[in-house]
Amino acid sequence: MKARVTVTLKTGILDPQGKAIEGALKSLGVAGIASVRQGKVFDIELAGADPAQAEAALKDAADKLLANTVIENYNIEVRS
Amino acid sequence: MKSAILVFPGINRERDMARALQLASGSEPAMVWHADTELPKGTDLVVVPGGFSYGDYLRCGAIAARAPVMDAVRKFAGDGGLVLGVCNGFQILCESGLLPGVLMRNARLKFICHDVHLRVERSDTPFTRGYNAGQVIRVPVAHGEGNYEADEETLQRLEGDGRVLYRYCSASGEVSDAHNINGAAASIAGIVSERGNVLGMMPHPENHVEAIMGCTDGRGLFAGLVEHLAKAA
Amino acid sequence: MSSKPTPITPELVASHGLKPDEYQRILTLIGREPSITELGIFSAMWNEHCSYKSSRIHLKGLPTKAPWVLVGPGENAGVIDIGDNQAIVFKMESHNHPSFIEPYQGATTGVGGILRDVFTMGARPIACLNALSFGAPEHPKTRRLVSGVVAGVGGYGNSFGVPTVGGQVRFHTRYDGNILVNAMAVGLADADKIFLAAASGVGMPIVYLGSKTGRDGMGGATMASAEFDNDSDEKRPTVQVGDPFAEKLLLEACLEIMAADCVIAIQDMGAAGLTCSAVEMGAKGDLGVDLDLDAVPTREPGMTAYEMMLSESQERMLMVLKPEKEKQAEAIFKKWGLDFAIVGTTTPTLRFVVKHGGEVKADLPIKELGDEAPLYDRPHVESPKLPVIHARDIKPPIGVVEALEKLIGSPELCSRRWVWEQYDHVIGGNTVQRPGGDAAVVRIEDGPKGLALTVDVTPRYCEADPYEGGKQAVAEAYRNITAVGGKPLAITDNLNFGNPERPEIMGQLVGCLKGIAEACIALDSPIVSGNVSLYNETNGRGILPTPSIGGVGLLDDFTKSATLAFKAEGEAILLIGETRGWLGQSVYLRDICGREEGAPPPVNLEAEKRNGTVVRGMIHSGTATAVHDLSDGGLLVALAEMAIAGRIGASLDAGPEAIVPHAWWFGEDQARYIVTVPQDELLGVLTKLKAVGVPCLQIGTTAGHTLSIAGERAVDIKALEHAHESWFPNYMGGKA
Repeated sequence: MKARVTVTLKTGILDPQGKAIEGALKSLGVAGIASVRQGKVFDIELAGADPAQAEAALKDAADKLLANTVIENYNIEVRS
Repeated sequence: MKSAILVFPGINRERDMARALQLASGSEPAMVWHADTELPKGTDLVVVPGGFSYGDYLRCGAIAARAPVMDAVRKFAGDGGLVLGVCNGFQILCESGLLPGVLMRNARLKFICHDVHLRVERSDTPFTRGYNAGQVIRVPVAHGEGNYEADEETLQRLEGDGRVLYRYCSASGEVSDAHNINGAAASIAGIVSERGNVLGMMPHPENHVEAIMGCTDGRGLFAGLVEHLAKAA
Repeated sequence: MSSKPTPITPELVASHGLKPDEYQRILTLIGREPSITELGIFSAMWNEHCSYKSSRIHLKGLPTKAPWVLVGPGENAGVIDIGDNQAIVFKMESHNHPSFIEPYQGATTGVGGILRDVFTMGARPIACLNALSFGAPEHPKTRRLVSGVVAGVGGYGNSFGVPTVGGQVRFHTRYDGNILVNAMAVGLADADKIFLAAASGVGMPIVYLGSKTGRDGMGGATMASAEFDNDSDEKRPTVQVGDPFAEKLLLEACLEIMAADCVIAIQDMGAAGLTCSAVEMGAKGDLGVDLDLDAVPTREPGMTAYEMMLSESQERMLMVLKPEKEKQAEAIFKKWGLDFAIVGTTTPTLRFVVKHGGEVKADLPIKELGDEAPLYDRPHVESPKLPVIHARDIKPPIGVVEALEKLIGSPELCSRRWVWEQYDHVIGGNTVQRPGGDAAVVRIEDGPKGLALTVDVTPRYCEADPYEGGKQAVAEAYRNITAVGGKPLAITDNLNFGNPERPEIMGQLVGCLKGIAEACIALDSPIVSGNVSLYNETNGRGILPTPSIGGVGLLDDFTKSATLAFKAEGEAILLIGETRGWLGQSVYLRDICGREEGAPPPVNLEAEKRNGTVVRGMIHSGTATAVHDLSDGGLLVALAEMAIAGRIGASLDAGPEAIVPHAWWFGEDQARYIVTVPQDELLGVLTKLKAVGVPCLQIGTTAGHTLSIAGERAVDIKALEHAHESWFPNYMGGKA
């Protein structure tokens, strides 16, 4: 089973990376960019076949390691 | 020598580089702003210094590589002009396509600042003529992403064409995993472009040019460049 | 005022960290109920962090003046004159609570804040130092905190482009729930171009510069003054995120507009952001300030006046520009891609008026906001005197050599290389002495002058006897600067203590300050800047009292400095200063005997000055070939460090009969140094020191590749080095 965990900064947390990339895109003349926020994507393969179990394991993984829950949110997507 | 140092927002070793060039050549380098579209007339050496251009956000060197001044640098290099990129400068040159490959996170995932030994692989280039082939020099590194990687074919071409100029090694010149501080492919610390006129390297020779730093091994690189340009003129 | 004012309930007042009597003081002062924005402003101005309400009356006892002091405490940073129109600007500040909650970001914003304090005054930062205190190594959180804080300190300084050249790292279980992150920055400015916070002139535009304002660290200064409980992990305010790239731009832009002579006054937005900076600019200049929050660049929509006034978004500045230079300044800001907005004006009213959306959100007397802050003379009790431990009553559990082998690789005394190799300490090309020595030495521009920089304190001494501990912290900074050849000039202090509402904690603060003041006077090193961090306490247990002392010394010629490494074989090893074998509160007693006991070593300030002057003279005359201050671990640990650094061993005489061996080798008597001199200088040195009454004894000779004490097993230096270097990487790798 495959899953994708997306980690993004919580709303209101300063995102220096996103800010600099946004500035660079604007100066490169890429039109229509209003704002950029940067995050991380983890593609994870799971050994089991139970989506509920997988979801629970991924939540555990995100809470313990993948996301810094002080400043980041995460989203789990399990694809069978 | 008429050198030009590129200044991108977030670059922070431009003053160190200027001091090293001044000491070696006796003339003050020009500081060229990233938004400029031309290099000063008569420039014979372009230096891309170390630092954290644009915070190294996105990818190291990625944003700087797309700055207006880089078009002028590409043209300058295309005409055979000498370009030296150190640390973030190396990363920028790779991102701009002037050098092959990419600098990844250090194998041990940490920023490292300490002196390393480098083996000078050949002495018949403008960037190494101040040294002897096989000579071991000591210079500091200060980077978090200096792990040079390229595809197998590129690496073979680099080796086959003798384009690896500096390699991490022991004090006695032995190249091994134990002395490969950041996990770089083939312990590569510095390479040149196909034409041999663009050098990128991770360590900082500009910080070892004065006795006060405990070592002056970096001088050879700059002295060699001065000599080369004096002969060419 | 707002059409639907928020009712000010006692709960709301309490949640702002204001006590009922403090709220009463507000009502009396303004004669009406404050608006929510005003309550926020008061809470920011009157909390411990900004008002120093518990410590202020005791800070008054510190010496702050000397002919070379240009700016003392009260500005963004202190400034000293080092001649040739050069000035050194420096300060140390804590970021303890935020670093415990989010170690990486807490540390980055701590470093960012102190760098801003320095360049706000017109200086280019040339060095950073730090003092880090963590919980016991075996505490489950310690490893993660060390890793995050070190990465954060490095992450900011490395990117900003300032060398991090020195500091302290310690572990103790008393920091388990309250780590300390103290960051110090040092900058170089022209002595005749120092910029201050005081605004001048009525009707001057107040300019906002730097990053946009978000809801970062809402109420951070209030948080920094609140005790933790076990739920603190959950009650997190929005964490501030550091942006070293933005700060580097801010630095270059600020220095450029200062050089273009555009600036009248400038103030960093630190804790309590816009509130503290605007009030200080006005109050110091005897002016009122009108702020228009509609003009403040914001990162998020819908921010209220309250949020904007209390936001702690980083990398922001407030300044008053010369009106005729406004266009020029704006062009410079734009060039560096920085937000720039006129957010207010100076007024003759002495009122602090905040407008937002066409409404007045706050209208307060500006001077009183600072001047009328509560001032407490909190009850304090002197710490009970601990008994003096007699060395003969301590039975050594292991031999001298075994104890050395253990101590040199212990968490307290092992090499900190794992830490400082993550800091760029060579950028600038001026780091004459890199980390690992007694003090860092940084060349000033092209020389010949150099600065000696150090951060010191021995918290276990401060706990055992705050007065002697306070003296010792200053004395050790003095010794470390002296040991590299520097003349100590001035000090910045960062006073970290527990809850001042407890008389015994207040007693520690009062005692330490008394000791610090006395030592500063005796050693001619005034305090020019500093910071107080109280309430470092979890579940009623405070940290060890930790008044970090940042010392700055001057070398007229950086080439006339000394390092601790043995230089050659066959040189005489001299012990300078008196040794009685003081084991109370020593590392030996704690880590070898398992006893944290007794009175700490007393500090004789006259001896410190006399011995230090002699050692400095030996360095300047070129007589001394290696110099090391004696501190934690005593004589033998210091000798081992010198041997390891120089890869040269030593043949050592047995100690005198009158002192038991473990006390001789590991006692922590103060005012001592080890100095090596060539044999042909020996007689001259001994004669000279005898004449000036400085105790000096040859204790051995540099030789071979072992440390060998007469009558003891010789120990290989390589083995000592291995032990010394192994603990930290092993621990961080999960192996220790």
